[in-house]
Amino acid sequence: MPKNPNVKRVMVIGSGPIVIGQAAEFDYAGTQACRSLKEEGIEVILVNSNPATIMTDKNIADKVYIEPLTAKVLEQIIEKEKPDSILPTLGGQAGLNLGMELEESGFLASHNVKLLGTTAATIKKAEDRQEFKDTMEKIGEPCAASKVVESVEDGVAFTNTIGYPVVLRPAYTLGGSGGGIAHNQEELESILENGLRLSRVGQVLVERCIAGWKEIEYEVMRDSAGNCITVCNMENIDPVGVHTGDSIVVAPSQTLSDKEYQMLRTSALNIIDELQITGGCNVQFALHPTSFEYCVIEVNPRVSRSSALASKATGYPIAKVAAKIALGYTLDEIKNAITGKTYASFEPTLDYCVVKLPRLPFDKFITAKRTLTTQMKATGEVMSICNNFEGALMKAIRSLEQHVDCLLSYDFTALSAEELKERLKIVDDQRIYVIAEALRKGVDYDTIHEITMIDHWFIDKIAILVEMEQSLKKGPLTVELLKEAKRIEFPDNVISRLTGIPEEEIKKMRYDNGIVAAYKMVDTCAAEFEASTPYYYSVYGSENEAVKTNPPKKVLVLGSGPIRIGQGIEFDYCSVHATWAFAKAGYETIIINNNPETVSTDFDIADKLYFEPLTPEDVESIVNIEKPDGAVVQFGGQTAIKLTESLMKMGVPILGTKAEDVDAAEDRELFDKILEQTEIPRAAGGTVYTAEEAKAVANRLGYPVLVRPSYVLGGQGMQIAISDDEIEEFMNIINRIAQDHPILVDKYLQGKEIEVDAVCDGTDILIPGIMEHIERTGVHSGDSISVYPAPTISDTVKEKIAEYTRRLAKALHVKGLINIQFIAIGEDVYVIEVNPRSSRTVPYISKVTGIPIVDLATEVIIGKTIKELGYQPGLQPEADYFAIKMPVFSFEKIRGAEISLGPEMKSTGECLGIAKTFNEALYKAFLGAGVDLPKHKQMIITVKDADKGEAVEIGRRFEKLGYTIYATRSTAAALNEAGVKARKVNKISQESPTVMDLILGHRIDLVIDTPTQGRDKSRDGFLIRRTAIETGVNCITAMDTARALVTSLENANDQFTLIDVASI
Amino acid sequence: MKAFLILEDGTVFEGIHIGADREIISEIVFNTSMAGYLEVLTDPSYAGQAVCMTYPLIGNYGICREDMESRQAWPDGFIVRELSRLASNFRKDITIQEFLEEQDIPGIAGIDTRALTKILREKGTMNGMITTNESFELDEILPKLKEYTTGKVVEKVTCPQKYEIKGSRDLAENGPLSGSGKFVPEDYANGVREKRPSITRQLNGLGKKVALLDLGAKDNIALSLAQRGCDVTVYPALTKAEEIIADKPDGIMLSNGPGDPKECVSIIAEIKKLYDTDIPIFAICLGHQLMALATGADTFKMKYGHRGGNHPVKDLETGRVYISSQNHGYVVDMDKLDPKIAVPAFINVNDGTNEGLSYTGKNIFTVQYHPEACPGPQDSSYLFDRFIKMMEVGKNA
Repeated sequence: MPKNPNVKRVMVIGSGPIVIGQAAEFDYAGTQACRSLKEEGIEVILVNSNPATIMTDKNIADKVYIEPLTAKVLEQIIEKEKPDSILPTLGGQAGLNLGMELEESGFLASHNVKLLGTTAATIKKAEDRQEFKDTMEKIGEPCAASKVVESVEDGVAFTNTIGYPVVLRPAYTLGGSGGGIAHNQEELESILENGLRLSRVGQVLVERCIAGWKEIEYEVMRDSAGNCITVCNMENIDPVGVHTGDSIVVAPSQTLSDKEYQMLRTSALNIIDELQITGGCNVQFALHPTSFEYCVIEVNPRVSRSSALASKATGYPIAKVAAKIALGYTLDEIKNAITGKTYASFEPTLDYCVVKLPRLPFDKFITAKRTLTTQMKATGEVMSICNNFEGALMKAIRSLEQHVDCLLSYDFTALSAEELKERLKIVDDQRIYVIAEALRKGVDYDTIHEITMIDHWFIDKIAILVEMEQSLKKGPLTVELLKEAKRIEFPDNVISRLTGIPEEEIKKMRYDNGIVAAYKMVDTCAAEFEASTPYYYSVYGSENEAVKTNPPKKVLVLGSGPIRIGQGIEFDYCSVHATWAFAKAGYETIIINNNPETVSTDFDIADKLYFEPLTPEDVESIVNIEKPDGAVVQFGGQTAIKLTESLMKMGVPILGTKAEDVDAAEDRELFDKILEQTEIPRAAGGTVYTAEEAKAVANRLGYPVLVRPSYVLGGQGMQIAISDDEIEEFMNIINRIAQDHPILVDKYLQGKEIEVDAVCDGTDILIPGIMEHIERTGVHSGDSISVYPAPTISDTVKEKIAEYTRRLAKALHVKGLINIQFIAIGEDVYVIEVNPRSSRTVPYISKVTGIPIVDLATEVIIGKTIKELGYQPGLQPEADYFAIKMPVFSFEKIRGAEISLGPEMKSTGECLGIAKTFNEALYKAFLGAGVDLPKHKQMIITVKDADKGEAVEIGRRFEKLGYTIYATRSTAAALNEAGVKARKVNKISQESPTVMDLILGHRIDLVIDTPTQGRDKSRDGFLIRRTAIETGVNCITAMDTARALVTSLENANDQFTLIDVASI
Repeated sequence: MKAFLILEDGTVFEGIHIGADREIISEIVFNTSMAGYLEVLTDPSYAGQAVCMTYPLIGNYGICREDMESRQAWPDGFIVRELSRLASNFRKDITIQEFLEEQDIPGIAGIDTRALTKILREKGTMNGMITTNESFELDEILPKLKEYTTGKVVEKVTCPQKYEIKGSRDLAENGPLSGSGKFVPEDYANGVREKRPSITRQLNGLGKKVALLDLGAKDNIALSLAQRGCDVTVYPALTKAEEIIADKPDGIMLSNGPGDPKECVSIIAEIKKLYDTDIPIFAICLGHQLMALATGADTFKMKYGHRGGNHPVKDLETGRVYISSQNHGYVVDMDKLDPKIAVPAFINVNDGTNEGLSYTGKNIFTVQYHPEACPGPQDSSYLFDRFIKMMEVGKNA
């Protein structure tokens, strides 16, 4: 069937801010889909509140609205832009829910807007628990015994009929929020209550527990003519019980015979056919490990995280094909872009093995529980490809960048075999390391399998890795042994550690004996057809397929690895734009990255894609083959920056700012010298290695002080200390990981925090705009609300900032991007931190000023000047609207995480509010972040003494808005004394009703709780904040944020001014 | 022990020896299925060939004997990247290493199977030798390799005598319906193993008599019919047409099988006689080619054939596309078809080659691919139902 001619203007809904469970994969899918639509001559109107994405670029869509994703906003955009159709299946659960809301309300029908792709009825059939179950029953596909309940009592009654344990899954939530496994009534009641509240429709599925079964997924495509194919299947190494987003996943399935494989494949096709899905769909199965019994777990009638993974694992562009299907094409009419010979109606076949590992945020949330459950906790993931499983696992481990490079990386040697067996019962991110240690201690496969339910085949593969460790330790290192170690991807540094032979010698031994990495192609067809897309992965002991090209100029762009807090999608944005800019300038471009969720790892972004770990050795193997003319590291976040030294050793010139200048910005002494020369003030401070030294410096400066490791991104490990005790505590935390660089201790200055991104060509600088943070210094810049143009600083301060930026950029010989953070106190400006590279705010500032600074930086790196590029150097004129970047958190997903804001970054994503006035922009920003007030108009204020004055002012404004204020004793006294009516409520330790009862009673909209300085040791505050978050109550921990929120509420309005960002 | 794969073009791969300790010369082909190595090994169509699996990890779930597609393994040799040292599956009987030895099949592991596949893709299927003799002389071996042909292999693989398979009288005889196979820990502990699941949901062939001409048939052809209730009589390949006709079947199935279809001169003559009757006929793979040859069409050898479980075929009547299980090196030449006799019914979406024929004015349809799956997608199992419907019509007529 050819394209539907009635589809001309399509509105695409994005997925909004990055949160756990809904991350960069939707930027990838959305970008691919938009490009696919534009290819067909369709006009694309894009709505997404996330400014860090590539899909919100003006070259991706015709009209771009970076607006809050609410039904109201969408309705207004539809009225303004009059699309004929809307495509909601590419924006994750958020996009899908919105599409459904508009359809159900009749708005789409009344405005003659068609829902493209899968119909609303189908979505409902797949998403509504009861309808789904009924449909499965109708076609004879088994589901686990279950019942949809709307009250805790019903849930308990039903569970009594099927027995514990049961799994609880709230309807219409993302990443399994609020779900879990209950082993007894107490757990059941607690999880159920939470889940009922989080579900959009107040429904939770109570289900027979099939934990321990194999978890198998199929990615399926279907077109409107009913043609179905499966793109790939995947097996979770962690059996049912761990969310697939947190599981180690392998593709294709490894332990299924053809009978099981085809049984589930046929079932997946039956399901997608019955549901009449048009587009992509993900079907999850639980397969009994010792029988043919299976259960359908769930179906996602849209592109998903798994479909992004499947796309990267096979080379089959699911989102692109889904978009074409939505336009009316059938699978046999869509060309396979990888081979150019076959069609989309063909199932990819793999001749390699893919392993995905989750990137979990426990290094950020050290108080959080590390256990893995049916609620997803990972912020990102890595994927690796090899022609054996062991190698793929080893590569994935070192891609994580969590100080792990082999199965010895977490030390469990202190545990006995018996203790290890106990430890194996804990399902957490360290389980494979525990299995490895158990194998080292002689625990047999059966025992490990019985405890973990992980298939024997995977246990044996871990055993093969453990045996290799032991062979290497025992020695001697023969050529044969080295060959075998490299075949299963032991990196040289690990071989060196195990054998005691220096890494350089091992490398030499490898080169002398021709043991080098070869590259194979991901081609969708196991070499059956010739492929034209150079998408490579490395193996040892094979013929190399990577074609050495000799273009006039060749550049290596290093990606930013897995999405983690502090290094998110923004850096992928920068890498992709840099790649495009280099390509435009005539370079052959090569990307190395290992993140399957991102746009940068799409096969048609760079001329060549190497899907590989970003370690010096892995990069060197590629450099040896490609011999690039230069590498660019300033766009790939800390991941790429860390490779600078190694690249220079390999003889690859670093394009742009020189490595020594990057060092000068990080090295305390060198940087102090530069500041002296350029006469720029900064907070006093010193560098230390030990707690004793730190205390000495702190006492010299006077508390409070800022303690942080150098060379980190996202303020990891950064803390404000107010006493010697805290210094002791923080230094311990920082030094748990061996530090290559000294630790910095600075005087803590409180003032307005200002941030700039600039491009420098060596002579001139270009500052697109100055951003001011709403929160005072002390809150990490990534967690602060950021406003452009800076609303409260004077012109003198702005000029000073521009001048300091110019001086610093010149002194550091910056060629390309530089990011600087300042503190403004009155008319004084101090520099906090300088990073001569791209930053988190680059996409945001580029979009709201319309100045493509990554492209400009790339041109500058190639040799153009800012003037040649048509820009007046210096600070650019301010826009006549406000654009506010709002951080978004995923605290509800991470049990036990401290939510109070501080110098360490905690947000997972961001959204934008853009409007003619500051107040409207602020309101939109809060709305986009999901701060949906008010429902009950009741709030709790409990603040530390220093904040009481501000609490009065803010409380008064909330009171005026009609809020009933509850406050703990001293806060209540302060408020009442100042004439703000506050009801006193008991602390947790006092008798009921307490603050906790109030929150748990679900009658509270908002909690304002500022923790006492430093890491809050009071159990009370922590409990209040956690309880608030886990019961879905907004919780604010900084007075500045609270003030911004009340300002935004005072200006709440249903009519928005809509700004097409593409026209800026 | 070291082993070598030597190709006709002089390429030598060094790997490690697996399976039986024998030297073989055979035609080297590759299969792209990611699972189902046992079904591949026991598919009689591989007789006279050595098969290379493009998926690198083979043997992961061991050997479940009930999944064998015929009484024994047929390929001359087996070529893999890596054999799993541990076999893990609840139905596993033995490991693949044990199976290869038991079936006397030599092989080679540890070679770059992707590089081999690319050679075969670019230069076409060619002959090769698997040997453990380290002091081989290429000059001596290459002429021998060039000489090799698969020859008359159908006679080798067909059943020695006629036999019958009773059709199911009750759906329960087919084993659990897909997915509903309940797990009973006590039974399992007592050694009770489930039957493999069935996707057949109705006995629409109840009481139908089907004659299956075994040209190297995979077991699932007869099983697919029997599960639908048909009683199947299996005839050796060289059975005279008269004998089959005399048994008065409701329908005739021509099975898959190995080798060059043009070698089967006498069988083609018998099939022509079957064509001339009014008995409904359904043919698969070699059967499809032989019917075409019997009615005046032509076949040719493809560069490297279709072997795998991911090829799309298009039903020209409905426009629907199905993912199919494939294993063939020869194909019917569509350019030389006489539309008065047969017209294309299915084509391959990738390369446009013929995948099925519909015989004009006859109750005959034939397909190049494998509706019996095993290994591979079950999407085309509906063709057996179509055949049953044809027999219905034939009976009423």
